[in-house]
Amino acid sequence: MPSFVKVDKCDGCKALDKTACQHICPNDLMALNKEISKAYNLEPEMCWECYNCVKICPQDAIEVRGYADFVPMGANVIPMRSSDSIMWTVKFRSGQIKRFKFPIRTTPEGSAVPDGGFETGTDDLKSPVLFTEPASAGLDKIWTK
Amino acid sequence: MADFQDVKVVTDLLIVGGGMSACGAAVEAAYWAKKNNVKVTLIDKAAMDRSGAVAMGLSAINQYVGLKDGQNTVEDYINYVKQDLMGIARDDLVASIARHVDSTVHLFEKWGLPIWKDENGGYVHEGRWQLMINGESYKVIVAEAAKNALKEINAEIYERVFIVEPLLDGDKIAGCVGFSVRENKFYTFQCKALMVCMGGAVHVFRPRSTGEGLGRAWYPPWNSGSSTYFTLKAGAEQTCQEIRFIPVRFKDAYGPVGAWFLLFKSRATNALGGEYMVERKAELENWAPYGLVKPIPANLRNYLGMLDVNEGKGPIYMRTEEAIQNLANKYKDDEKAFKKKMKELEAEAWEDFLDMTISQAILWAANDIQPEEKSSEIAAAEPYFIGSHSGGSGCWVSGPADIAPPEYHWGYTNMSTVPGMFCVGDASGASSHKFSSGSLTEGRIAGKEAVRYCVENPDLPKIDDAKVAELKAAILKPLDVFEANKGLTTDPNINPNYIRPKMFMFRLQKIMDEYAAGVTAAFSTNEKQLERALELIALLREDSANLAAEDLHELMRCWENVQRMWQAEVHVRTMLFRKETRWPGYYFRSDYPKMDQENWKCFVNAKWDPKTGEWEMSKKPVIELT
Repeated sequence: MPSFVKVDKCDGCKALDKTACQHICPNDLMALNKEISKAYNLEPEMCWECYNCVKICPQDAIEVRGYADFVPMGANVIPMRSSDSIMWTVKFRSGQIKRFKFPIRTTPEGSAVPDGGFETGTDDLKSPVLFTEPASAGLDKIWTK
Repeated sequence: MADFQDVKVVTDLLIVGGGMSACGAAVEAAYWAKKNNVKVTLIDKAAMDRSGAVAMGLSAINQYVGLKDGQNTVEDYINYVKQDLMGIARDDLVASIARHVDSTVHLFEKWGLPIWKDENGGYVHEGRWQLMINGESYKVIVAEAAKNALKEINAEIYERVFIVEPLLDGDKIAGCVGFSVRENKFYTFQCKALMVCMGGAVHVFRPRSTGEGLGRAWYPPWNSGSSTYFTLKAGAEQTCQEIRFIPVRFKDAYGPVGAWFLLFKSRATNALGGEYMVERKAELENWAPYGLVKPIPANLRNYLGMLDVNEGKGPIYMRTEEAIQNLANKYKDDEKAFKKKMKELEAEAWEDFLDMTISQAILWAANDIQPEEKSSEIAAAEPYFIGSHSGGSGCWVSGPADIAPPEYHWGYTNMSTVPGMFCVGDASGASSHKFSSGSLTEGRIAGKEAVRYCVENPDLPKIDDAKVAELKAAILKPLDVFEANKGLTTDPNINPNYIRPKMFMFRLQKIMDEYAAGVTAAFSTNEKQLERALELIALLREDSANLAAEDLHELMRCWENVQRMWQAEVHVRTMLFRKETRWPGYYFRSDYPKMDQENWKCFVNAKWDPKTGEWEMSKKPVIELT
């Protein structure tokens, strides 16, 4: 069951039309059990363990248990993602803990400007020069044969 | 028939897909669309923030040429790619991407992607073309730029809509049809130009892990061959559909090996301690000239390792303990510096996993792996279709006017042989080694050209309503099949009147694995085996009429597996046509065990005729720029 949902923590993202994990799963694996208002992974053997459901869950209700057909039991890897960094806690089978923190972006969320502030160098729709070029290439002109 | 609401959307440029190449298409097309009053619409089968091959993240950008600092030239990149693909690459397409890719990487940095910098402010390279990044949110950032660009032109984005079939007006693309995987809605899109950005193919072959670990494919399992299926059904010419890719990665979880090979300078050895890249060096002469030039092509490196495994010398190990010991020896007079360096490298090695293959981190933790004490196994995975990486499969597309020779140029850059249908990323062939940055760049190139197509071809192609109705019935049929027959047995999984998509997929995977050079066939095949594969695929195709789906999710799975089946068929036909072995570490033709430069240094193209249902195979010349 690669990603699994903890009964005591999942609230089915109540009041929303779909759960956060349903919204994000790239493989459409997360479903809502309407009877108990809790999410579950409906096709665990199609799970890539991409952790997007784990990262997005507002309740920290989702974890990943390594693939049962080749991963020995007892380890886990838990992320804590903020707006600019992610902290990973890696728990070994032996109980050893390793912790890593990495940046994830250098700009405020939502602020990515399509042209990146580079000037447009051509208005010619027929030219192979793209709209941020040649400035974004850091060159005077774009290579041609 | 199942009760579905009809939704019709009319647009100018339709981008089908939401991954890297689609985001590039959106960013570039939005700018030119605004100036030229062109309407753009994007469809994603998932949620754009985390869809496509980069959904989990990446730890490196694998294509950066370094033109502005004179690190490499466009010609250098052309030579690198065709050498890795054993001479089979479209120089014009590779150049087209290489001349713009740095621009894209500089944009990523502005958008907020953390790219590692050295003490002088330059990018940190993992290899000649590779940059190290903190890439957990790579796709989130790129999707954000794409969505912001689309918002500026009030373009609509349809998420969770799964596209199945193309619509044609004569030989021109006219749109496509599909369904929502969230509600009973059937969608018809009508457009002037359509951009195919639907990814590569995974799970066509039986993977090594067939239990719960089935999902732990190296490339993501949601890549179901949609691009190949869609373009074949539109009648587009395909190229290099024999060039599958087989990555060698840490065994089972398929974690990246780049950090260990490149940062730690680790060696790979067999169980006896022998280094196959050294001991089997003479074998490379059989694959001259490509075997004799560095870097040695990925498939030949694979092949030398496979020869060891086939001789019973496995497992193959990444010698992590030796690499760390070598490093310790370098710092033997300064333990403090060694500890600092080790801490740094340890974080880098773990980030390599955590950014893009978290499963590998779990697997190491679960095995209590201490890399300084013990080697870790590496292995060749199963075959994948990924024209953006070291494979080559995809559509035969027009090259740019200023670069392409006349044989490779018939109009708009990245347009397929179907007028108005553009292909990028894994959907365009013979332009390998574009990876994430090059795929986004290719999307940009094609995005601009597709807007130009809309401006210069202002008439909206016609859609045949009767054809749409016929396709609707066929696409929704698995729901009807399930409803009509489910009452017959006590277990819905066992029913003589239908086949559910998962078993359908397993049937395909078994055929491909055993007859078409999969893992259990040691990546080897011959004419008779390929012909047998085609016989079995023909039966599978007949049975696809009896696929059954209980709900929308399973309906998507039905069509994903039909897509895989078509990907399989074009692959088998192309391998059958090419009577030589050219990429021995990807597949080996035991009946033609040698490379034949005189007859087969060419592209093999394949086409399926939507009118007659006939296949047509052809050779196309390799015309080199360098």
